[in-house]
Amino acid sequence: MLTMTSPVPPGGQLVDHPALPGGYAEPDWSKPLPSREGDRVIQFREALREAISEEMRRDERVFLLGEEVAEYNGAYKVSQGMLDEFGPKRIIDSPISENGFAGLGAAAAMYGLRPIIEFMSWSFSLVAADQIMNNVPKMLYMSGGQWGCPIVFRGNDGAGGQLGSTHSWTVEGLYANVPGVKIAIPSCPYDAKGLLKTAILDPDPVFFLESERMLGDKAHVPEEEYYIPFGQAARLREGDACTLVSFGRPVNFCLEAADALAGEGIDVDVLDMRTIRPLDMNSVIESIKRTNRVVVVDQCWPFGSVASEVVTQIIERGFDWLDHPPVRVNTEDVPTPYAKQLEAAYLPSTERIIAAVRGAVG
Amino acid sequence: MPKKVVYKAQIEHLQILDEEGKLDTKLAKDTLDDEQVVHLYEQMSITRHYDEVAFKLQRSGRMGTYPQNKGQEANAAASALALRKGWDWLVPCYRENTALFMHGLPMHYVLLHWMGDERGNQIPEGVNITPLSIPIGTHMLHATGIAWAAKLRAEDRVVATYFGDGATSEGDFHGAMNFASVMQAPVLFYCQNNQWAISVPREIQMNSETVAQKAFAYGMPTIQIDGNDIFAVYKATKDAVDRARDGGGPSFIEAVTYRLADHTTADDAKRYRDPEEVEAWRAKDPLIRTRKYMESKGLWDDTKQTELQERAEKIVAEVVRTAEGIEKPTPADFFNHMFAELPHELERQRDTMHTSSLCQNPEQAGLRAGLERV
Ligand SMILES: Cc1ncc(C[n+]2csc(CCOP(=O)(O)OP(=O)(O)O)c2C)c(N)n1
Ligand SMILES: [Mg+2]
Repeated sequence: MLTMTSPVPPGGQLVDHPALPGGYAEPDWSKPLPSREGDRVIQFREALREAISEEMRRDERVFLLGEEVAEYNGAYKVSQGMLDEFGPKRIIDSPISENGFAGLGAAAAMYGLRPIIEFMSWSFSLVAADQIMNNVPKMLYMSGGQWGCPIVFRGNDGAGGQLGSTHSWTVEGLYANVPGVKIAIPSCPYDAKGLLKTAILDPDPVFFLESERMLGDKAHVPEEEYYIPFGQAARLREGDACTLVSFGRPVNFCLEAADALAGEGIDVDVLDMRTIRPLDMNSVIESIKRTNRVVVVDQCWPFGSVASEVVTQIIERGFDWLDHPPVRVNTEDVPTPYAKQLEAAYLPSTERIIAAVRGAVG
Repeated sequence: MPKKVVYKAQIEHLQILDEEGKLDTKLAKDTLDDEQVVHLYEQMSITRHYDEVAFKLQRSGRMGTYPQNKGQEANAAASALALRKGWDWLVPCYRENTALFMHGLPMHYVLLHWMGDERGNQIPEGVNITPLSIPIGTHMLHATGIAWAAKLRAEDRVVATYFGDGATSEGDFHGAMNFASVMQAPVLFYCQNNQWAISVPREIQMNSETVAQKAFAYGMPTIQIDGNDIFAVYKATKDAVDRARDGGGPSFIEAVTYRLADHTTADDAKRYRDPEEVEAWRAKDPLIRTRKYMESKGLWDDTKQTELQERAEKIVAEVVRTAEGIEKPTPADFFNHMFAELPHELERQRDTMHTSSLCQNPEQAGLRAGLERV
């Protein structure tokens, strides 16, 4: 028998919810986050695994379902060793049916469990479009608050390196347009752990966007448990020449650009949004009040992108503070190219960010 | 009132050439003649060598991911022979290289594709093959759609689509099957049941005894065959193709076969497959049994084998040279095939490059100036 009451992390609290049997657990948000500095260096994929494993140990309703997650230890080795620890009832290999296991997961969430659904690639979530865009985000709303859907969908997003256009989707622009989902997109191992733990506790559906190209990235990740709140950007560099806004993998290019620009005496503010839904526009506006210039870096296509949304809100709320039109650095407006050098030219890069900042401050 | 049986079904398994190279001459009647057998053997051998070379190219960093066809060649080869080249359509997955080559796709195209060049999918005029589909299962609907369109156009074309055992779990498979049946579209669903979908064995993929029985739900003629037997593959395909061409609608073939190599070059099948299972299937290799048969009939000998090996090496070496000799695309090529006529906003993007923003004026944004200083 599964206990339906949500197990609460230390210092957290149980929140009642009419549509969620056993309520949901809220972490102790007053607790400060542990330091990002340290020498416990692990890979991005290990940070993800740690987050899932910790939550699975706490809450036996949490399970992982997807293609190749169990016997194979995950197509990208995120779930390495988890079948051994948690067994086949909780680490579940699925037939190749994305719409099938997305829908199954949605129903399991409605019925009180806490599914984590792995898409081998977010590109393949498109064959599950109706479940994840038309069912999951609207379940609570359309049932008049009766059926909740606390589910996490996670997997690789963005061009993974010469996988061709149908296998290189950057889904944030598309999915951010749908009301009813939360979208988290970590840029580093530290955030990967803290954001994924929050996603699993969250009472609503969360799309969690990882990147194949970052899974091997190594950095300090605290051993302790911590939860990074959604909707709070991290300020990773401070400067008053220009604001760089980004999320996910390109944040790393922004940091490289910031370091290079600092050498030229151009100090920029770098904001890592961490979550796209909710989006911490307050931090962006506050930064622009000091810098008066902004470059938004987004690995998605430009038209109707998250960058477009950020720029729109800047215009709406911070127009008077601007000394230069907002600049976007997106991918080119073409399907993801297959050829290596074309793919590289298509993606936002450190060089393009540097050029954009120079243009904006120049 | 007594209950009555309203539906009854059974699945036949067809094997004509066994593992030892022995032929059931009665079943083999009106199938392949000697010349065709030799031709198929040569085609399969050349793609086997092609696989080996592609694998080495990948290992030495000259190619991206590559899925070997090794062990499954009889399916592609013998079914392709039963289809009309340049008239019927192939809607493939990624383990049918022999069929693609036999239907006129220049051999360097497949290499070019896996080397990461879009142009490997730019099928030449007159070759009736659709581009490789990466999302599993979505192409089967296209097969039904093309077959249906051909029927509406009153052309007596047949469409053959290939897919794996794993692909039958996708909803698109069931949609394609139902539409084909309802519309009586001239399409052949050819399932290469190689027992594995990456690390997931067939028993976990589905709980049905056979794949073939899925077709019953769609009222479709269906059969299970030995997919490593060129005679069985040819016969079953020919029957299905003739039926479709005569207005008899779709058919289903479950070809039981085995992937002797890893799923792709990114995989290591040793981690999840029992070596004994692999060994058992090695003995059922279509090349081995076809050769045994040819030798027993005096159609083949060691000299011919050596000649063929040399020929295969020459052909494939030339193919690699061609693929590697093609000039690399440049970033402005992004825009080549997006629209019939490039919209103005994209024209500007092509001409300025690196502006990223659709509506942004690069001069105003200072981007040109910024770039020139990089
Ligand atoms: C929609 C979709 N989901 C997942 C994948 C990843 N994937 C590629 S091949 C494969 C297994 C396919 O197995 P099967 O259909 O049996 O064909 P086989 O590789 O055995 O020939 C999977 C899961 C994909 N390409 N597309
Ligand atoms: Mg298979």
